Amino acid sequence: MAVIRDIIPAFELFQPASIDDAVRLIDKYRDDYWVLAGGLDSMDWLKDRLRRPRYVIDLTQINELVGIKDSGGGLEIGAMTPLTQVVHHPVVRDKFGLLAEAAELVASPQIRNQGTIGGNVSQDTRCWYYRGGWTCYRAGGNICYADTPTAINREHAILDADRCVAVSPSDTAPALVALEAQMVIRSSRGERVVAAEQYFVGPGIDITRMTTLQPGELLTSIRIPATWAGAQFYFEKVRDRQVWDFPLVNVASAIKFSNGKVDAARIVVGAVAATPKRLANVEAAIVGKARDEATADMAGRMAVEGAVTLRYNGYKVPLMRNLVKRAIRGSEGGTWTS
Amino acid sequence: MDLLTWGRSPWGEWVLTHVSWNLFWASLYAGILFFLAHASYMLFSAHRKRPSAETDRLEAARKDLPEKIERHNLTARLFHWVMAASMFVLLFTAFLPIAGVRFPWVQWHWMAGLVLIAAIAFHIIHASFFLDFWSIWVGPKDIPEFKAEILREFGHDVPGPKSGKYPLGNRLYHLAIVITGLAVSISGAFMLVRVRTPLFVRNPYLLRDFTWGVTYVTHGLAGTGLVGLVIAHVYFAVRPDKWWITKSMILGWITRRQYLEHHEPSRWVVGRQSSSPAAKPAGQA
Repeated sequence: MAVIRDIIPAFELFQPASIDDAVRLIDKYRDDYWVLAGGLDSMDWLKDRLRRPRYVIDLTQINELVGIKDSGGGLEIGAMTPLTQVVHHPVVRDKFGLLAEAAELVASPQIRNQGTIGGNVSQDTRCWYYRGGWTCYRAGGNICYADTPTAINREHAILDADRCVAVSPSDTAPALVALEAQMVIRSSRGERVVAAEQYFVGPGIDITRMTTLQPGELLTSIRIPATWAGAQFYFEKVRDRQVWDFPLVNVASAIKFSNGKVDAARIVVGAVAATPKRLANVEAAIVGKARDEATADMAGRMAVEGAVTLRYNGYKVPLMRNLVKRAIRGSEGGTWTS
Repeated sequence: MDLLTWGRSPWGEWVLTHVSWNLFWASLYAGILFFLAHASYMLFSAHRKRPSAETDRLEAARKDLPEKIERHNLTARLFHWVMAASMFVLLFTAFLPIAGVRFPWVQWHWMAGLVLIAAIAFHIIHASFFLDFWSIWVGPKDIPEFKAEILREFGHDVPGPKSGKYPLGNRLYHLAIVITGLAVSISGAFMLVRVRTPLFVRNPYLLRDFTWGVTYVTHGLAGTGLVGLVIAHVYFAVRPDKWWITKSMILGWITRRQYLEHHEPSRWVVGRQSSSPAAKPAGQA
């Protein structure tokens, strides 16, 4: 494992005051820069000296990246908005409680004060082999140390692994995918907007990145449409330490009911793959069905189809199955067996 | 520019990981430059073709030969096109992601690799036991032909020797493809053991770190080399003056005139009569 040396190698620090300035800087230094948001992911990399950028662009002085505003019945959240602000925002809590719940389960209060929503969705994976500085696939090498017969891989992927078995560690990401959020990305070429589902990239597409952000691009805001406002939400996170930990598995669901039957649904599971895993087949299967234990059982079974376990992460299969079942049940269905 | 990339293992050792992908761009540009340089030379130079009177005279003397002469039987043609298809899939799936076109390429890549390996294995058996094995290889006996070809390219009228069944360029290219194709296939077969397939239980410990590094470097070197080689091959395949060869790889035969114009009958003996539409050369199934 990497030895924490605490002294960060020297770099040139920029603190732009506007998005335009930040975009100009990352475009100018596109071969050797690091974007600093809340710093909670960055400081590990820098202190471990596993990332040695020559230029660090600190976004904390850009006021236009902070805040939550109404947007046609939905919301637009600045990428540098602290998670605590997301948790306590009245409209988020009232209309998009799923996101408030997910954000509230991120780490600890201190980290939520410092951490930003943009940073939370864009953070790198927590695979310790990768973060230990060894040259695995994700670090440009030719091996996944977590997918070897003797690896310690309790937290790793059970779905969609492609050479690398690292998982997405974000709690807010599954909620944003469930809410059909859109990610606004700026670069010197202009602005592009991608669906949250496409923002996250698996190793099959790009084994060295977790998101679609390319050099020279900056996530500036997250738009949440009104589509799922007021739907029935469910978020649950299972972790080793209740006080402060990354998810072993988390689930986010948004379901609309009509006459007691599922009218529309979005179910997303985190920490089981390199991206938040949207269960489109489960969603399609439960539409038109009653919200009962049979439907939930079926959903749970379908959710884990195709799961491939490693030496130590087999527990994630029943965990994911039950979390999906509980997501269908919702917070009120306390009489079911799981 | 570093040609090789290195990584750090959990034991603190520096190990080879793969070739620098700059080599891909080098091979791509080398292939394109060769195409531009050769095409320009052929357009503007005084390279010599054999006089048609010579071919007329030969054709008049060899009326006994059939109109169509089989150059590639159906099996050989099928092998060639299967190999070509798998090669294109392999190259596109390997290098488009490096060029910035992102897609899930690994599964397509290893499946095409299996097709290529099967095709090569089949070809080795087919060529060894059912075709004129030595006709495709180059050796010291080809030096006079090589000299004559070079002189002709530089504008000299050279009556020199003609080729056997395969022109010298074909044979040299085949040699290059044998080396790169075998290198990429054998290294790729080992690398298959590292990815999830229904074929094997993954075994990343099959080789030592250093040997894995050499395997990946071999695969990368051969793969990047194939980029330039394939560009050159496609270029020659579509050149008007080589179209008769390409056509024979589609239809299987060449005309009597093409046979006499480009081949030395003593080095590629064609049977006098055949019941098939195209006469089969002696020694060929």
